[in-house]
Amino acid sequence: MFRNQYDTDVTTWSPQGRIFQVEYAMEAVKQGGCAVGIRNKTHAVIAALKLSQDADLSSYQKKVFKIDNHVGIAVSGLIADGRILCRYMRNECLNHKFVYESPLPVSRLIRDVADRHQVATARSWKRPFGVGLLCIGHDQTGPHLFQTCPSGNYWEYYAIAMGSRSQASKTYLEKKLEDFESCDLDALVKHALRALEESCGTRKKDDKDGKLTKDNCTVALVGEGNPLLVLDGEDVAQYVDAIHAEQEEQAVAATAAAAAEMSIDGSQGRDATADMPDAPTGGAEEGAAAAGEDAPASEGQQPMEEG
Amino acid sequence: MIPHCQLPSHIATGPHVSPFVSSPSHAGRAEDLHVPSSGSSAPFSVAPSADHAEASAGAEPRKHTTYPYVTGNSVLAIKYKDGVLMAADMLGAYGSTKRYKSVQRILRVNDTTIVGASGEISDFQYISNLLDELMTQDFCYDDGCTMTPKEVHAYLCRVMYNRRNKMDPLWNSLVVAGVDKTSGSFVGSVGMLGTSYTDSHVATSFGNHLSRPLFREFQRDDMSLEEAVSLMQEALRVLFYRDKTSINKYVLAKVESSGVAISKPFALDTKWDLKAFVNPSKHAVGSW
Amino acid sequence: MSWSPYDLNGGTCIAIGGEGYCIVAASTRLSTGFSILTADKSMILPVNSKCLIASAGFDGDRSQLHKVLTFRSENYEHFHKKPMSCPAMAQMLGNTLYYKRFFPYYTFNLCAGLDDQGLGCVYTYDAIGSHERVGYSCQGSGKDLVQPVLDNQLKAPSILELPPKVAVTSLSKDEAIETVKIAFSAASERDIYTGDAVEIFVMTPEHGVQKEILPLRRD
Repeated sequence: MFRNQYDTDVTTWSPQGRIFQVEYAMEAVKQGGCAVGIRNKTHAVIAALKLSQDADLSSYQKKVFKIDNHVGIAVSGLIADGRILCRYMRNECLNHKFVYESPLPVSRLIRDVADRHQVATARSWKRPFGVGLLCIGHDQTGPHLFQTCPSGNYWEYYAIAMGSRSQASKTYLEKKLEDFESCDLDALVKHALRALEESCGTRKKDDKDGKLTKDNCTVALVGEGNPLLVLDGEDVAQYVDAIHAEQEEQAVAATAAAAAEMSIDGSQGRDATADMPDAPTGGAEEGAAAAGEDAPASEGQQPMEEG
Repeated sequence: MIPHCQLPSHIATGPHVSPFVSSPSHAGRAEDLHVPSSGSSAPFSVAPSADHAEASAGAEPRKHTTYPYVTGNSVLAIKYKDGVLMAADMLGAYGSTKRYKSVQRILRVNDTTIVGASGEISDFQYISNLLDELMTQDFCYDDGCTMTPKEVHAYLCRVMYNRRNKMDPLWNSLVVAGVDKTSGSFVGSVGMLGTSYTDSHVATSFGNHLSRPLFREFQRDDMSLEEAVSLMQEALRVLFYRDKTSINKYVLAKVESSGVAISKPFALDTKWDLKAFVNPSKHAVGSW
Repeated sequence: MSWSPYDLNGGTCIAIGGEGYCIVAASTRLSTGFSILTADKSMILPVNSKCLIASAGFDGDRSQLHKVLTFRSENYEHFHKKPMSCPAMAQMLGNTLYYKRFFPYYTFNLCAGLDDQGLGCVYTYDAIGSHERVGYSCQGSGKDLVQPVLDNQLKAPSILELPPKVAVTSLSKDEAIETVKIAFSAASERDIYTGDAVEIFVMTPEHGVQKEILPLRRD
């Protein structure tokens, strides 16, 4: 960021009508680890990538929090700010339960927490929260997925990603959007993890950093008849292994198909493989999708867009 | 001011409400307190503040309700197959005077909930305002969430209990009834101390003595609307015959999943020309 | 006639700790004066998989107390990522009651569950928070009728015995449940505030909390 004379405090406008301190806070969100949220008819899921100071020496930072039995959040940005908001949200839910003996509607919780964000953008003695929240929840109006922003804005989504390199996840989500509404919970979790893996980092072949592991991601899910469940470690391993196994299978199938095509019609085969040596052909991918296997986008070859 | 100095006797468990020191009209019991007693205590008085210095200094002492002024009597509510039914008369009694005869004691809260009140009418009107504000809040959030009867009941329990904690009770017994999309019909009650319960049928004050035995015998959760209405009318008739602070002008309200309907005021057919009524002492041989 | 912020809504509760089980039972009748308000009101708060609280006394205070305890135990779980243990809950209940020493919760509580060794534990309270860990106890309107029966039937070692022994009963789980049922049936014969039904919660390390309902006299 370039310094300018209008960014020293949060109550000073720039002549272009911007408040730089708020924009810097939003920048902090983009630096945070990626989090993905998706919703279907009955459930909402978040998957988040945990960062670690040093993979060998430190543990991963916790960034998915249970708020109540019907609400959970993932945090990108300054996790410390996120914890404060998490405590606030837990308290709001408990207070509502105390008075009304019912869960606080998710939209109201989000509005309250967004109002808290907003207040920090309009007081000279405060600073904006440096976090974005992805919030999943379920209430009398069904499952919900919300995102909040340091500016005090909030939006409801069918699917969204935030944090560093989240554009890659968003691309995946846009491509698969039609599948989400009617798919089952297991498929929804897998979609979220595949989308998250898109944002894992540069994906050269055999690059371990570019892969999800059971340790570097967390999943949370909630829905009708399912109180919020946070999956970590071994609980998330089965899903991570499952998507990796599917990828392997497809890669093998794709190379086999490519080889077969090469041997039958050399010119066609050369065309298909010239640009993307290991990618499944368009036909193969469509076939897999039609067979209900939800083939991931051609892994590993597309250059990643930095968010 | 606070009678907790009696604590040692409370600590001994067991019914400290001894039958010999507490008759229904004198006991310190929540459900009966709003029935004005015609006993020796002055009917309409606000207890003088203990702080006389404050009063004599010219400032009005803070007054809490220690006795109700204008009171409503029984509210009845039952569940039936498709929803709930609630009934109350329209009397606002000033002690034993039938002072106001068109008091609406059943309030429509929203499309799923109604609240009925016995006890101090002005306190109930205050509670109506609280509920109005809550509904306005629901409207302003504009998120499709509305309060369920269960939530309204829980909220009113907290309101009543908080006021009793301040030693400044809202002198009512409230009945909350309604239907909820997910959990079906709901009928519940809360008294001025915060004592609350839910059941298939509920009645406050005299109704608890006279109507609930009928409900226990005849009310079923799967009864039809017609059956429920005639049971309710029978219960009201029994109340009217035996409760002198009731009038023959009733309002009946029902809640079904389609919404709330509150009837116009109506009267019940009554029969007073039974022989036993005309000359009551005729069949009582020997005594009075 | 002066207004009182208290009422007594009756009801009896019993808790028995055994080796590898714990039983908490409470009647479901809610009364005021000589009237029954409802036949089906629970007096037991299942706090978590390790702890149950039963409270007799004034219903308004009971529901407030149960809400406060639920609130705190949920906060505890958020912070510590584990359910509150029964001894921890017992201490907190005592503090919560004593906090209102000069405007007490008019409730008579039992806090019971399984301790870290899987041994049944029972804590018994007065309205202002004095408490003691015992092997079994009874509170509420029928306690005068029930407590001597428990003393006589449960064959628990005397608290006066030296060196002190663990005060849990030597009865098997099924024998203890039977004793509870008999005690409630007996109490409902003479105590007008005990009747309609009794909820019996049985807690074991293997099966968690299981609930059973036994109908009682309805008159």
